[in-house]
Amino acid sequence: MKKIGVFVCWCGSNIAGSVDVDQAVAGALKLDGVTHAEHYVYMCSDPGQQKIKDAIAEKKLDGVVVACCSPRMHENTFRKAAGSVGLNPYLLEIANIREQCSWVHPDNKPAATAKAISIIEGTLDKVSQNLPLETITINLTKRVCVVGGGIAGIMAALDLADAGYDVIIIEREPAIGGHTAQISTTFPYFQEISELLDKKRAQVHEHPHITVYLSSEVEALEGYVGNFKVTIRTQPRFVDHANCTNCGKCLDVCPVLVPDEFNRGLTRRGAVFRLNRDDERQLPVIGRRDCLHFNEGTKDGCGLCADVCPEAAIDLGAISSTQEESVGAVVMATGYDLYSPANLPEYGGGKIPDVVDAMAFERMLDPKGPTGGKILRPSDGEVPKSVVFIQCAGSRDPERHKAYCSRACCMYTAKQARLYRQQVEDGTAYISYMDIRSDSRDFEEFVQKGMEEEHLLYIRGRVAKVFEEGDLLKVLTADTLSGHALEIEADLVVLALAMEPASGIHDLVKKMNVTVDGDGFLTEAHIKLYPVESSTKGVFLAGCAQSPKDITDTVSQALATAGKIQTMFANETLIADPLIAEVQTDICSGCGICIETCPYGARVMNEYTGISVVNQAVCQGCGACVAACPNKACELINSTTKQLFRVIDDFARRA
Amino acid sequence: MDNNNSGPRVVAFLCHWCTYTGADLAGTTRLEYPVGIRIIHLMCSGAIDVVYVLKALLDGADGVLIGGCHPGDCHYQTGNLKARRRIALLRNILQTLGLEQERVRLRWISASEGRLFAETVRQYNSNLESMGKNPFADEWDV
Ligand SMILES: Cc1cc2nc3c(=O)[nH]c(=O)nc-3n(C[C@H](O)[C@H](O)[C@H](O)COP(=O)(O)OP(=O)(O)OC[C@H]3O[C@@H](n4cnc5c(N)ncnc54)[C@H](O)[C@@H]3O)c2cc1C
Ligand code: SF4
Ligand code: FES
Repeated sequence: MKKIGVFVCWCGSNIAGSVDVDQAVAGALKLDGVTHAEHYVYMCSDPGQQKIKDAIAEKKLDGVVVACCSPRMHENTFRKAAGSVGLNPYLLEIANIREQCSWVHPDNKPAATAKAISIIEGTLDKVSQNLPLETITINLTKRVCVVGGGIAGIMAALDLADAGYDVIIIEREPAIGGHTAQISTTFPYFQEISELLDKKRAQVHEHPHITVYLSSEVEALEGYVGNFKVTIRTQPRFVDHANCTNCGKCLDVCPVLVPDEFNRGLTRRGAVFRLNRDDERQLPVIGRRDCLHFNEGTKDGCGLCADVCPEAAIDLGAISSTQEESVGAVVMATGYDLYSPANLPEYGGGKIPDVVDAMAFERMLDPKGPTGGKILRPSDGEVPKSVVFIQCAGSRDPERHKAYCSRACCMYTAKQARLYRQQVEDGTAYISYMDIRSDSRDFEEFVQKGMEEEHLLYIRGRVAKVFEEGDLLKVLTADTLSGHALEIEADLVVLALAMEPASGIHDLVKKMNVTVDGDGFLTEAHIKLYPVESSTKGVFLAGCAQSPKDITDTVSQALATAGKIQTMFANETLIADPLIAEVQTDICSGCGICIETCPYGARVMNEYTGISVVNQAVCQGCGACVAACPNKACELINSTTKQLFRVIDDFARRA
Repeated sequence: MDNNNSGPRVVAFLCHWCTYTGADLAGTTRLEYPVGIRIIHLMCSGAIDVVYVLKALLDGADGVLIGGCHPGDCHYQTGNLKARRRIALLRNILQTLGLEQERVRLRWISASEGRLFAETVRQYNSNLESMGKNPFADEWDV
């Protein structure tokens, strides 16, 4: 027979005012297993805690019920006190007789007292079947894997590496930088970003704690928080950079010409190319997709580059390789892609040459870019005198495109239109908008200045159509503020395309076991309280992979993520709560329903025994599998069905 | 030991992250509600097994209230949706036991909705009063 002690707190008059504590103690003493009961004015005070400790020691109690405020207040306090005198903390439970009894039944002392005793009884029946437990210790590998080397990945990696942790960056392109590398100046201060980015990129490459895997992707992720094993597949670049002298002969000889994605199709490049085309220092790489050597029809052909290379640095026979890394945490920083202009035929997207997307316009603004920083229309290289910027191209249109707002477009459009007007003094800039979202510091002022100083013409409404009429390019829209239909002649149309998650995100999240929303953006564990944690412990989020945002917000989030991981790494091991699921191996039939049910992938089938096991480090103790198991083979430790049935018995009967 | 005239007896299974905390808030703000409710703490409404509900009803509880986080807010992603499916099924078969569907209720009440919690309990209590005693309860009256 267990020896349980019951301690009833008055909480001053908070409890004692509406619950008769004498009667509560008398009632408790009548319950099976109770060998000690007393009340005190403030159980959580030092003398109160001492009473509990003394009773545990003197009466050799093996279970304790403290009837007091909500367990959310003082469960820890009392469990610590119990632990200090040798009683396993998990053998103490709280009966919530303040928030859920005395405070809500102030005027009916007999009923409130009876209820308090019944709550004590239920708690007692639970605790008398509790098991003593120890916290679970999990090994912690203090290394981090960052997936995606955009500004989010770069900033998170640098912060963690500066803190002394080894970081690996996995970037699928042949260079890091992401979309920020394509941007010239930024809102709201017209600040050059390329120099800052170059500096950060150099820091990454020189950092003793950072290893960068370029042209690489995650092939598989195994393990769990603190103990991940990531398999990385690296595609060859077919140019041996150890021997390449960057003479450029291969670039001249390659017969392939494809639109250059870095310049958003404003220029063309060969199958062998420099990734940052305008940077002479960059060494060439070969893109397998475009190279004649690898394509149907011309397979094993061409090879002109290999023929001209004086250093024999071209190796078209190179194959992809894999590598394994052990890490304790993962950062998902895969960023975004732009919605395809081909999805917007009504705007001539992908068809009319003088309809470009905003990133192409961004390339024109780059002094080192394809036009040397001049805004020129693609069809004839003339300076456009009338430019129509179309915001929300593909955003905020739940019927046909994306329902969400892409968040950065209002501001970069204002930036681009202002830069255009600064460059082309006699030009006219029209901006078609739905609302102007300028909700950060100096954003509103930035937009206002554009209207006042650069005379940007903001037209509220949605463009219906962009079409060619003879030599003319026309934009049909309506000014919803005046109610007039408008037809604008344009020399150039710029589409502020929606941002969408980076291609391949659905495959990737399956490997990483994290969740995405309906649009494919990564979802956080809790939007308010755990904004940079993913649904899987140890996997974190940063940047546009989570939702569209500007560089400021991207970097803030990346640094928050780095901070969170450093907090995790501040300990030598991880500690997990033992209140998790457990499998009764003699009952489990191996049906696997729990494996489907567990939102964390904490359940795995043991291949030898055919029984589902719980990964203690991953289980969060939600109980979903317990409710789902058709055989009642899983239980939550210390909240077993047997225990709950006892409590239900106590609580269900009126008398 | 309970006084018999305490009105309908409700067994409530409340999610740790929302409704249990909401019930605490009802207390902190001193919102009164009928005394017949007994609260059982679950980590998530998704842990609710129909046998817990049936057990409570067969034991004579007049009603069973399940409280979870609003859709989209479940701490464990979708436990509340699992609960919703399960409870919907259960309510369908309650009739075969000769019980009113309304004896089982699932409500989304967040940690900040103490007022909603108190209001829910009050309303449920008066609904149960008009429904009368759970017929199974009599089997225990000796
Ligand atoms: C036209 C335009 C102008 C803009 N102007 C501004 C501005 O002036 N100021 C401002 O603050 N913001 C601006 N922005 C927004 C800015 O581009 C983003 O905030 C920023 O680039 C987000 O960085 P990121 O690292 O999250 O994503 P990204 O820059 O998209 O980087 C993600 C990286 O992950 C890599 N990756 C993707 N998938 C994988 C995978 N499966 N495996 C490995 N690697 C992968 C990608 O190759 C990429 O390198 C602009 C955006 C646009 C479209
Ligand atoms: S309790 Fe929840 S987290 Fe743990 S194994 Fe079961 S379903 Fe997974
Ligand atoms: S955590 Fe509240 S319902 Fe799942």
